[in-house]
Amino acid sequence: MIANTEQLPIVELGSLDELWFQVAGTRCNLACTHCFISCSPHNNSFGFLSFDEVERRLLESVKWGVKEFYFTGGEPFLNPDMVSILERTLDFGPATVLTNGTVLKPEWLEQLQAAVQGSLYSLEFRVSIDGPTPELNDPIRGPRTFERALRGVELLVQHGFLPIITMTRVWDETEDDAVLGQFRNLLNDHGYDRPRLKVLPRLQLGAEATRTCGYSAADRVTAEMLVGYDTSKLVCQHSRVVTDRGVAVCPILIDSRDAILGQTLAEANRSFAITHGACATCYQFGAICTNPSSGSAFKPMTNDQ
Amino acid sequence: MQLAFFGGIYNNHIALKTAIADAQQRGAERMFCLGDLGAFGPHPDRTCEIIREHKIEVVQGNYDHSIGHGLNDCQCGYTDPRDNHFAQLSYDYTLANTSDEHRAWLRTLPTEIRFEVDGFRFLLCHGSPRRTNEFLWESTTSTPFLNKLCDDFACDVILGTHTGLHWQRTWDAFPTCSNLTGTSEACPTITRSYINIGVLGRPENDGTTNVWYSMVRTGNDAGAGRSPLPWKVEFIPLAYDHNQLAREMRAEHLPDEFIETILTGWWTTCLEVLPSKERRRGQW
Repeated sequence: MIANTEQLPIVELGSLDELWFQVAGTRCNLACTHCFISCSPHNNSFGFLSFDEVERRLLESVKWGVKEFYFTGGEPFLNPDMVSILERTLDFGPATVLTNGTVLKPEWLEQLQAAVQGSLYSLEFRVSIDGPTPELNDPIRGPRTFERALRGVELLVQHGFLPIITMTRVWDETEDDAVLGQFRNLLNDHGYDRPRLKVLPRLQLGAEATRTCGYSAADRVTAEMLVGYDTSKLVCQHSRVVTDRGVAVCPILIDSRDAILGQTLAEANRSFAITHGACATCYQFGAICTNPSSGSAFKPMTNDQ
Repeated sequence: MQLAFFGGIYNNHIALKTAIADAQQRGAERMFCLGDLGAFGPHPDRTCEIIREHKIEVVQGNYDHSIGHGLNDCQCGYTDPRDNHFAQLSYDYTLANTSDEHRAWLRTLPTEIRFEVDGFRFLLCHGSPRRTNEFLWESTTSTPFLNKLCDDFACDVILGTHTGLHWQRTWDAFPTCSNLTGTSEACPTITRSYINIGVLGRPENDGTTNVWYSMVRTGNDAGAGRSPLPWKVEFIPLAYDHNQLAREMRAEHLPDEFIETILTGWWTTCLEVLPSKERRRGQW
């Protein structure tokens, strides 16, 4: 539903399908040079969410009919409550956790696999690795992170998980096939015989704005661009993110001044003007934050093409 | 009342014929197809002819919408390049081999069918009531989400297909009387169900060659008085001449990957869209 008032590109929350949790705030054991919210061991602008806070939101989410839950940071597994948070979440619905894979412990994965076996729902791990070689990955994510993340993938596979390897496209789009092929071979060599891969576009915010460049004034969505556009492709049309400062519009913009919409899901059920540069990336690529099992957006067309 | 439901046919006219005979033999009084007549298999016109000849009531799937309107792709909703590559091969074949007359008919199909049984409101759709190509996988669809669909679309039982894997969930909804009478007293429990009826088009990625359809029985046929629900669903594994289907697919030069699925029961394409629980049950 689009309102055209004041010529701002306004997007309403259509339905709250995905509820995100900024469960580790902006704290991470790594300091990737392309991180769009500049997470690091020393970035405390957002803090951890406690088990009680997450549980309160899960209970609140029931009447909104949330379909799936996502957990991000920072590095979620720095949060000491993370395993019990995921166990509890699987009582409510499917869960996905976005991790750098470098701090996983076998005893956590045993516990989580037992939780999955006892639940109706899937638990997905998305492990971030930015390229099929240390030469591509390590300059961005830090020394030896390639090797450590691959060890994390091996652990996950050994514990019966099928992690989705998520990579930010730090290469040219035309090289996608070659890079993905190289990735599949590499993962096969590490015991992962049916690798699942997801490519993300770069988001020119935070540290990435310094590494390459930020968005220009021309990288903006206008109200006219929303005419006839299927807004269900936009994350903010079907998601909100719980942070320790309140409920924000989407996981990408939490650092922006206008991102916190309220303290409850009800308060965060309001429209948002997608005037940020990153909104243009979301507009262009669509569905960038959700898993492949959600599929791509679709609205029936009535005219022949 | 005994109702038969056929999911995605994917041009598998042999399984469709077998299913119709099987359902009739079991006493089906009405037969429904929840869309996606084309894809994957051979000779799309044969499926359309059988469906129309038997006056099966059809919901339009994303494939039927695309073929009917001559769109560029099937709108299946895949995100992986390899999945999209194979989806395009079967789409181009189906579009090229569906007659104009059947395409015109596909355009006229409704996106939902509704009826009531003993005061319970049934809604038939392809993917979900809100989006024709929405994937409702068992392991990534929360019960509160299904409950909200029932609220939003004013129904108690939703039947769909689209994912290729059958499953069902029944739950108790607890509305407050404020919804009904303006007070906030607790109301009696309402039982609701979501039923994914499976597909006739290809096996279920379990290493067996049979395909699936569903029978729903209501009223006395559901064993009224013995069952707490006024409906009962039975998922039916259907053996058919899959070797003959494979021969026809070969003759039509359809991809070896598709034929392998028909002969082995394991999916070889469209795998990346599976959630991890469903993916782990398969071989690839």
